[in-house]
Amino acid sequence: MKTYTYTDLKDTRSGFGEGLLEAGRKNPNIVALCADLIGSMKMDAFVAEFPERFIQVGIAEANMIGIAAGLTIGGKIPFTGTFANFSTGRVYDQIRQSVAYSQKNVKICASHAGLTLGEDGATHQILEDIGLMKMLPNMVVINTCDFSQTKAATIAIADYNGPVYLRFGRPKVPDFTPKDQIFEIGKAIMLNEGKDVSIFATGHLVWTAIEAGAILAEKGIDAEIINIHTIKPLDREAVLKSAAKTRCVVTAEEHQMNGGLGDSIAQLLSREMPTPLEMVAVDDKFGESGIPEDLMVKYGLSTPDIVNAVMRAIVRK
Amino acid sequence: MNMQQIEELKSIASQTRRDILRMINGANSGHPGGALGCTDFMVALYYKILDHNPKDFSIDGINQDLFFLSNGHLSALWYSVLARTGYFPLSELATFRHISSRLQGHPATAEHLPGVRVASGSLGQGLSVAIGAAISKKLNKDNKIVYSLHGDGELQEGQNWEAAMFASAKKIDNIIATVDHNGKQIDGPTDKILSLGNLKAKFIAFDWDVLEMNGNDIEEVINVLNIAKTHTGKGKPVVIIMKTEMGFGVDFMMGTHKWHGNAPNNEQLAKALAQLPETIGDYN
Repeated sequence: MKTYTYTDLKDTRSGFGEGLLEAGRKNPNIVALCADLIGSMKMDAFVAEFPERFIQVGIAEANMIGIAAGLTIGGKIPFTGTFANFSTGRVYDQIRQSVAYSQKNVKICASHAGLTLGEDGATHQILEDIGLMKMLPNMVVINTCDFSQTKAATIAIADYNGPVYLRFGRPKVPDFTPKDQIFEIGKAIMLNEGKDVSIFATGHLVWTAIEAGAILAEKGIDAEIINIHTIKPLDREAVLKSAAKTRCVVTAEEHQMNGGLGDSIAQLLSREMPTPLEMVAVDDKFGESGIPEDLMVKYGLSTPDIVNAVMRAIVRK
Repeated sequence: MNMQQIEELKSIASQTRRDILRMINGANSGHPGGALGCTDFMVALYYKILDHNPKDFSIDGINQDLFFLSNGHLSALWYSVLARTGYFPLSELATFRHISSRLQGHPATAEHLPGVRVASGSLGQGLSVAIGAAISKKLNKDNKIVYSLHGDGELQEGQNWEAAMFASAKKIDNIIATVDHNGKQIDGPTDKILSLGNLKAKFIAFDWDVLEMNGNDIEEVINVLNIAKTHTGKGKPVVIIMKTEMGFGVDFMMGTHKWHGNAPNNEQLAKALAQLPETIGDYN
């Protein structure tokens, strides 16, 4: 098992903030919108440097999405910022009609996704957003795993012409991916080559999968670990190639089983290459208040849950 | 505007109303009521007010006036006006609501129909989009105007009021929104379904510059739109509350909400067309 180290615990949302600033410096057409959450979204630096290119819309997310769609007319590249719940479920029809169907170059950037939002509880812990967004034709769906990858993804989506949903989170997590990485939309990242099982993870669960890989190695199980940062378009070749080699699969994500990464991979494999598959995801439940680490254990998204899922998958070969 | 120009516009409006009815009859579906009511407005806007370039349409519309139809169910009207002002071939009107057509039931961009910049139909979204386009113009130092049209029933959607609050607070003063105040919606009179109360007072309370006009008097529409233009650039968004008659121009479609979303059959079509002279030629 390849060893991964990190020097800092950093939040992915700060990666978004830095990425937005850098993208804004590169391209004068980039504008940012926020619905009263500048501090939480780490958009302060962009606001300070480009006040004329920042639009504070207040607590009115539907209006924000519509304004963003309109801003593209005339060549602006709007990045909207609010929590994942208010970025998706609250404004689904606005995104569907004014952004996705209308093929508008809007970047919907969403923080505080999933259980790791923690103490605020289930009203804010959206676990359905990947499913909502991936079902929309034209929509690209990205869920980054750490600070550096979120920064790189933010910069990369500015250069892509079309609607994007970029999902990240609140807590500080290991920042282990390369600082100078170039983010390629739709290109899975091989973290550890193995032969016994394929673990496809996204978002915060990528680091959890690395931790699980080390435990599995001690048990003599050689896990292949792949970071699927782009859920749509899915890197089909990477998934099929790995599954063909290991012949059993585990998916891991901070999302409902319904509609998430596991669902996308299960669909691909059942059509192209039926393979035993286990999912580490939330099983049709809403979350609750608590500290993130405890919630991840209670809802089955912790390191031992991935290890156990691997054991179940391997015996099904 | 001299009398001859007004008469010319009236004859175009008559032709446009014929198009609307023939298109909806041909599709056996569509929304004639509001489309007939707003015909004079749309003809005035596209023939006399907008600074636009139909032959060289681009989504961005830099240095051109823009128009957004928020109440997208008036699509038959918009398509007729777009075709007759040169955005696309007139013959294409015959494909309205048919399979593989660019003329979708509600306006869309997916088929790249010239003249349409965003999809609409799911109500209440157009004002936000128009405001976004207006901000884009300001950022681009483009001093042209963004126009939009909204139904009155549509104002029951809360997003409009988010947008209305935003536009005045942020001084979006390069937008002229028009509300088709016909007092009717699918289920009946707006006053009975969910009354808008004093619409003018509401917009004044939201700090908009409010104008009013009779949307079925084409001369008045042109005059008020020209006045509205002089009200732009003064720190406030402009709204025109436009009184219209749903189904205007066809006697049996007026005074009722029943023709909001019903297609005339062949017999009803003939009866309606008999009231609307063919002036510049029906489409084939």
